[in-house]
Amino acid sequence: MTKYISSTINHFILSIGLLIMVVPIWIIFASSTHSSLFINTNGLQFFLGDNFIDNYSRVLFKQSGFFNEITALKMFFNSFVMATGIATLSVITSLMAAYGLVYFKVKYATFIFWLIFITLLVPLELRIMPSYIVMSKLNLVNTFAGLILPISASAIATFFFRQFYKSIPDELLEAAKLDGTNSFRFFIDFLIPLSKTMIAAVFIFMFVFGYNQYLWPLIMTTSEQYWTVVMGLKTMYGSIADRFAFVIMSMIPPVIIIIFLQKLFIQGIFQNK
Amino acid sequence: MKKVQFKSNYSQYFFLAPQLLILLIFLYWPIIQTFKDAFTMQDAFGFGSQFAGFDNFLFIFSDPSYFTAFKFTIIYSFVITLITGSIGLLLAVQANKVMHGKSAYKTLLIWPYAIAPAVVGVMANYFFSERYGLLHHLFNNLWGFNWYENVFDAYIYVIIAGSWKQISANFIFFLAGLQAIQKTVIEASIIDCKSNIRRFWTITFPLLMPTTFFLIIINITYAFFDTFGIIDTTTIGAPGSETKTLVYKAYIDGFKGLDLGSAGAQSIMMMIIVLVITIFQFRYIEGKIHYN
Repeated sequence: MTKYISSTINHFILSIGLLIMVVPIWIIFASSTHSSLFINTNGLQFFLGDNFIDNYSRVLFKQSGFFNEITALKMFFNSFVMATGIATLSVITSLMAAYGLVYFKVKYATFIFWLIFITLLVPLELRIMPSYIVMSKLNLVNTFAGLILPISASAIATFFFRQFYKSIPDELLEAAKLDGTNSFRFFIDFLIPLSKTMIAAVFIFMFVFGYNQYLWPLIMTTSEQYWTVVMGLKTMYGSIADRFAFVIMSMIPPVIIIIFLQKLFIQGIFQNK
Repeated sequence: MKKVQFKSNYSQYFFLAPQLLILLIFLYWPIIQTFKDAFTMQDAFGFGSQFAGFDNFLFIFSDPSYFTAFKFTIIYSFVITLITGSIGLLLAVQANKVMHGKSAYKTLLIWPYAIAPAVVGVMANYFFSERYGLLHHLFNNLWGFNWYENVFDAYIYVIIAGSWKQISANFIFFLAGLQAIQKTVIEASIIDCKSNIRRFWTITFPLLMPTTFFLIIINITYAFFDTFGIIDTTTIGAPGSETKTLVYKAYIDGFKGLDLGSAGAQSIMMMIIVLVITIFQFRYIEGKIHYN
């Protein structure tokens, strides 16, 4: 009996948690299926309306922005290019750098180690103005390279890979060395296959991180052609129903990634612990 | 690092080079620029600049609005850490206990983690707008809520908007921490101590200490940096500039006010704060609290 009561309490508390996390999104979603006129007169809605297809297709394909130069579809494309670029570049450079740090005798190793890891202290938000100036000197404003490179300049992934490599038993390298494996082969044939879970987790993390960038694209893109979804949200005008629909669409890609790959993601994080 | 390593004269640099190159161009160059800005004074028209010593730092320390931002950032990080940490822990403990529907709860509680802060801000905007806002109406009926004019109400607005998605992050990590505790420890403690609540505070919670400290750092960093998107889409610092975080203020001063010197000095002050937090993390957390 007491067991029954305590489990009821557990479910009750969890349901309140669910309400807090789910209801706000549901209300925005339900409202996005009504016409703007209806929302303007009746406020936010809890039940679905019948303008779903109308609103969503209008937002996806309509030209918007100050100069009507971009559609939401193009913004999604831009966000995907940016997020994929950031994730790919971070994974490759960090995987390599961590390998260089852990598996080699490097001259000035301590110096290089600090050169890489002190960067964790300086997130992009702290160097936003000078970064913009550097990018304009390099002529990278309004380019994908400009959106991707400064955000990939992060040692967080290197830190994760380094921890992971350190947990791999030394015997692996000893055995490989006995077989006459060189450093490139060892990296490609042994370490990369072993790090698959880690690579996937870091890739997901960096993809969502890149997709969700707001301030940097806001500063780096003066041309509407390069607007991304998350920054477009604030600047996009349109009727209230259009904006609701855009908010809902904007959260779909990262949310789907996290829901379907949550196991992998959590596993990757905790492999280090 | 490793006892067994490759001995090579050049191939390690091949592996290190790509990352070092990106860091040097896109991180060190801007950082050096930041330091240069912080120690120079530019004239109002941007024609010339001269070495200014610590003038920019003296300027921000004598600026009352800097202290307003400082105070708000401290309050904001503290409240967000407290709210999201305790709700996240409460939900994680419950989710760890239930037999049925565990994965459904987990999935539904985890997904707001993926939503961008700026998107959360835009959503919060609707709930707190005078025209459509359910929360605005609710609070307005309770005590005459008005965030355009009342600082306390503006705090409530940005705290709710800022905490919401971070509950998910705390939930994920606490749940993973709880699941990592060995079953035998819990079973042994059940024999010794019958009270559920006492057992939680004396056995389970101390075992979660590493996770807790990790999350405190994560939450503080979140409140410092990631909330930029939330502030920029909700209050924009309103009523006056009481809800500007340090990062937001530096951005406004630098990008909108074009005062590079002051923005640079503010950035360096924040680097020092991050450095202090990191040293604290390494010294205290990595050193002392270890149960595995």
